[in-house]
Amino acid sequence: MEPFVRVASVAAPLPIDNVDTDVIIPAEFGVTMERGGLGPHAFNGLRRFPDGSERPDFVLNREPWRHAKILVAGANFGCGSSREHAPWALRDFGFRAIVAPSFADIFYGNCFRNGILPVRLPAAVVTDLMEQAGQGANAVFTIDLESQALVAPDGTRHDFAVDPWRRRCLLEGLDEIGATLAGAAAIERFEAGYARRRPWAARAG
Amino acid sequence: MATTLFSKVWDDHVVEERPDGSVLLYIDRHLVHDATSPQAFSALRAEGRRARHPAASLAVADHLVPTDGRAAAPRLAVQIAALEANAREFGIPVLPLGSPTQGIVHVVGPEQGFVLPGLTVVCGDSHTSTHGAFGALAFGIGTSEVEHVIATQTLVQTRPREMRITIAGRPGPGVAAKDVALAVIASIGAAGGAGHAIEYAGPTVAAMAMEERMTLCNMTIEAGARTGMIAPDATTLDWLEGRPMAPSGADWQAATGHWRTLASDPGARFDREVAVDVSGLEPQVTWGINPAQTVAVTGRVPDPEAIADAGLRQAARRALAYMDLAPGTAMTAIRPSRVFIGSCTNARLSDLRAAAAVARGRRVADGVIAQVVPGSGLVRRAAEAEGLDRIFIEAGFQWHEPGCSMCVAINGDRVPAGERCASTSNRNFEGRQGPGARTHLVSPAMAAAAAIAGRFVDVREMI
Repeated sequence: MEPFVRVASVAAPLPIDNVDTDVIIPAEFGVTMERGGLGPHAFNGLRRFPDGSERPDFVLNREPWRHAKILVAGANFGCGSSREHAPWALRDFGFRAIVAPSFADIFYGNCFRNGILPVRLPAAVVTDLMEQAGQGANAVFTIDLESQALVAPDGTRHDFAVDPWRRRCLLEGLDEIGATLAGAAAIERFEAGYARRRPWAARAG
Repeated sequence: MATTLFSKVWDDHVVEERPDGSVLLYIDRHLVHDATSPQAFSALRAEGRRARHPAASLAVADHLVPTDGRAAAPRLAVQIAALEANAREFGIPVLPLGSPTQGIVHVVGPEQGFVLPGLTVVCGDSHTSTHGAFGALAFGIGTSEVEHVIATQTLVQTRPREMRITIAGRPGPGVAAKDVALAVIASIGAAGGAGHAIEYAGPTVAAMAMEERMTLCNMTIEAGARTGMIAPDATTLDWLEGRPMAPSGADWQAATGHWRTLASDPGARFDREVAVDVSGLEPQVTWGINPAQTVAVTGRVPDPEAIADAGLRQAARRALAYMDLAPGTAMTAIRPSRVFIGSCTNARLSDLRAAAAVARGRRVADGVIAQVVPGSGLVRRAAEAEGLDRIFIEAGFQWHEPGCSMCVAINGDRVPAGERCASTSNRNFEGRQGPGARTHLVSPAMAAAAAIAGRFVDVREMI
């Protein structure tokens, strides 16, 4: 898995609440056997006219934000479908971090497994960051996972919380499955007890 | 100590609690479908990993399958075929395309008795919450987690907070579980359940049939919670007994003995308690682009400028622009040109019966294309045995093969840009039923009524 330690970048402001994963990557582009190649279709409905040409007023079609590695978004970002195509598309576009007042649960977990750090900050802070992000090329944000801090362009530091396991996976680029399999003895012990306790559960299926 | 239903199931599956607060949770059942699994199998193959317990997974194609009898487009056919090939390679049982057991994962899982009370159930699909109706701890996962489950039969999780939604009041005729679900979502908001496991309780839930409970739990994710559970009771056991993969004989006795202990104990503590009264609830129609944006069919499109909360006001403005609706428009003046009766929310036999009861002896309005897509091959057969297909066809509805169809709109069934659809599915998101499509979520009876009238009508006037 791709590690994340620190990113410094302009940030694209997307001041919309409840941006769902169908908006992040419409399902029609999710018909694919690959993880890669979805960046051009990220936010397709917001980013492009029906004929495929770019909507010039959309933030990701404008300089400097078409190269942003950070997205500042509204509340409940990533709600709806569990499709991991959403973080795949965001990562392929170039995003490494998303800042929002809140995230949908499934999307939040999916980000960590794809080298994207979701950062939760209070709504009032995000509103302020949104304004700073809109200032353009000189408004550089720094997000550091090691110290769990975001430094805004105006120099203000905002500490954020991250679950310790997820932080470690992301910092080290850990293979989560490999780590679980390394502790397979615990799974075997559980299964032995479970088979005695709930034989019907272990047998059916 | 008084314990909740959620805690009883969670605690029964903890393999390991780690010092960092994460939990390795054992997973009993895993449903696999065509849209979110190919990358998981590729990664397992690349790493040389095998399925730990192949029979704990069950694969069925649903998202991409054609429902109109035509062959799948080549890019869909390749991915459908890949599911069955991947499942075979890893030893995972398959309900093959073309067999009567094929259908939407969240319809066939319960139908086969694959999903049981007290189990942990996952699937690479957010509507896995459906299975909470049986008292299972069921939640949607991403593709990387699909891979993790196949390889390890576990997932790394953090314990969510707990919320109980107690529903009271008996809705009148013509008011369905779908309307109750929309009312619940409206009451807590589209993100109201985030970070929580929900338990639905109270007299209204206790009185619900199994399929109604599935509709309610299915929509849990639309309130932001990954899982929504209902304690198993006699209704649950009656529904499950004799299902092909359900326990039988001594296993059934042992299982039901455990299932009877799963209800939340009196005095069990929840992080949040919500009460919803649905007496007097009217049939709902969504007017916006998230399922919390709903109103009674007798009501009107709200005026965003009259909404006090700035976030909700902004969301309403955006919704009305996308939906091309003016504030104050009577819901009964809105005219859908498409009607979709189907999806993991509302494509079970009782849903089709409710829609057929309205369609019987009537005709779909001119200019409306209405389709009925049963949730599984078995639902389709059962409906045909009752003559529901004839009722629909004689009324001018199309009668389809099972699949997700126009709910996710990637199998070729979609709503054309700018058109309006009365849909029994679960999401009215922008572009969900096709780019530029405008979705109004309703119950099956309300969808059938809209097809007949050519506009939204109060189905209570038609039954």
